Amino acid sequence: MTKPIIQFKHVQKRFGDNIIIPDLNFTVNQGEFVTILGSSGSGKTTTLKMINGLWQPSAGEILIDGQQISKLDQVKLRRHMGYVVQQIGLFPHMTIAENIAVVPKMLQWSHSKIDRRVKELLELVRLEPGVYANRYPQQLSGGQQQRVGVARALATNPPYVLFDEPFGALDALTRSELQQEIKRIHESLADKTFMFVTHDINEALFLGQRVMVMHKGQIIQFASPEVLVRHPATPFVEELLGTVQQNENLWRHQHD
Amino acid sequence: MIEQICRYFQTNSGQYWQYIGQHITLTLVTLAISMVIALPLGYLGSRNKVVANFCVAFAQVLRIIPSLALLFLLIPFIGTGIIPALIALVVLALPPLLVNTILGFNEVSPLYKEVGTALGMNSQQLRRQIEVPLALPYILNGVKLAMVEIIASATLATYIGAGGLGTLIFTGLGLYDMTYVVIGAVSVAILSLLAMTSFDYLIRKVQKHDETNYSI
Repeated sequence: MTKPIIQFKHVQKRFGDNIIIPDLNFTVNQGEFVTILGSSGSGKTTTLKMINGLWQPSAGEILIDGQQISKLDQVKLRRHMGYVVQQIGLFPHMTIAENIAVVPKMLQWSHSKIDRRVKELLELVRLEPGVYANRYPQQLSGGQQQRVGVARALATNPPYVLFDEPFGALDALTRSELQQEIKRIHESLADKTFMFVTHDINEALFLGQRVMVMHKGQIIQFASPEVLVRHPATPFVEELLGTVQQNENLWRHQHD
Repeated sequence: MIEQICRYFQTNSGQYWQYIGQHITLTLVTLAISMVIALPLGYLGSRNKVVANFCVAFAQVLRIIPSLALLFLLIPFIGTGIIPALIALVVLALPPLLVNTILGFNEVSPLYKEVGTALGMNSQQLRRQIEVPLALPYILNGVKLAMVEIIASATLATYIGAGGLGTLIFTGLGLYDMTYVVIGAVSVAILSLLAMTSFDYLIRKVQKHDETNYSI
């Protein structure tokens, strides 16, 4: 049943003399929800951007569904890979409906099919289509905008969706609401592979079926949240988990 | 004075509209030519530092030279008449167009380009769907400034034989007849004002997504 869908083999990434990622190896299976956890500079975003070819690896190979990414038509590949970023990046001159329709239009779907899909997606991310479809991004709150960002990423029903700290800039309430939505969406869509970059350990543990802990361009541990919590591989992971308890102690203590 | 102005329109309205026609034609032809030159060059300038530096330097030098001086400086090289006037006016219209086109494309956030690329746009789709629409308000602003510049300078182009409303003004000055000067000057002012307000309207229209601009 498990089918490897994204594979990194001895991938290295350099910017000039600066080696961001020395040697990265991992396999993600079809339908998995993988979170990549790391602090800034750990190479997590670099890893994500190599999956959809925004950045090319300096050495090694990346396989998508068994095929080398360097030999694929990457423009075509990206149309079947959703992408959500922290800064949301909705195009300000397009309405919500037009933003969601960007990729379907490039794939030359019919008007009626696009309209149907836009409506369906807005309902999926719980935005009333009648109210929001013809608004401009600026007229929406940050949380609503990111819902549209998620809808746009899912527009063509892509088998892969990449998230680059999508909820990093949102307030705590909106954030936890959207985390639950994204989990629900992943569960409701069969066989979709989600790769989700975050620096928030709670988010990583809550969302990921497996969590990839990265530090200085290397994978420290790649395991399910349960294993991670029970058997942290290194003192670094232990320390990372420790911060959660510390935080909790901090506010519990203050409100006693 | 008002009486004389009325008399002018009663007897010479044909001639008046001819001047207006010449003036507008000269302006539009100049604008079209300078846009064909400046828009692609400005786009290149937004991607290439060398082109951008050249354009900006060129624009600055032109800003120092008064329009009238430029018109006369060109006479020894290209003589007088419509063509030299066109060349001079195009040269005057280029700086605002170039500078604003470069600015417009540079103002497009790299985020939108990255997201566009990540959604599977090729460079042509990126240009047409993202870069040009987002740069458009700046480009239109450049067109507006160029147009006002041309309308004003076209008055001076009369001196090298291009016709237009300048004829009225210079005739009036020659005959010490203020009627002609007032008619000519007011007409030029109205043309400029019309051009400016219609472009402001257009710019607001293409920026309808940006609510913050309504407050201005």
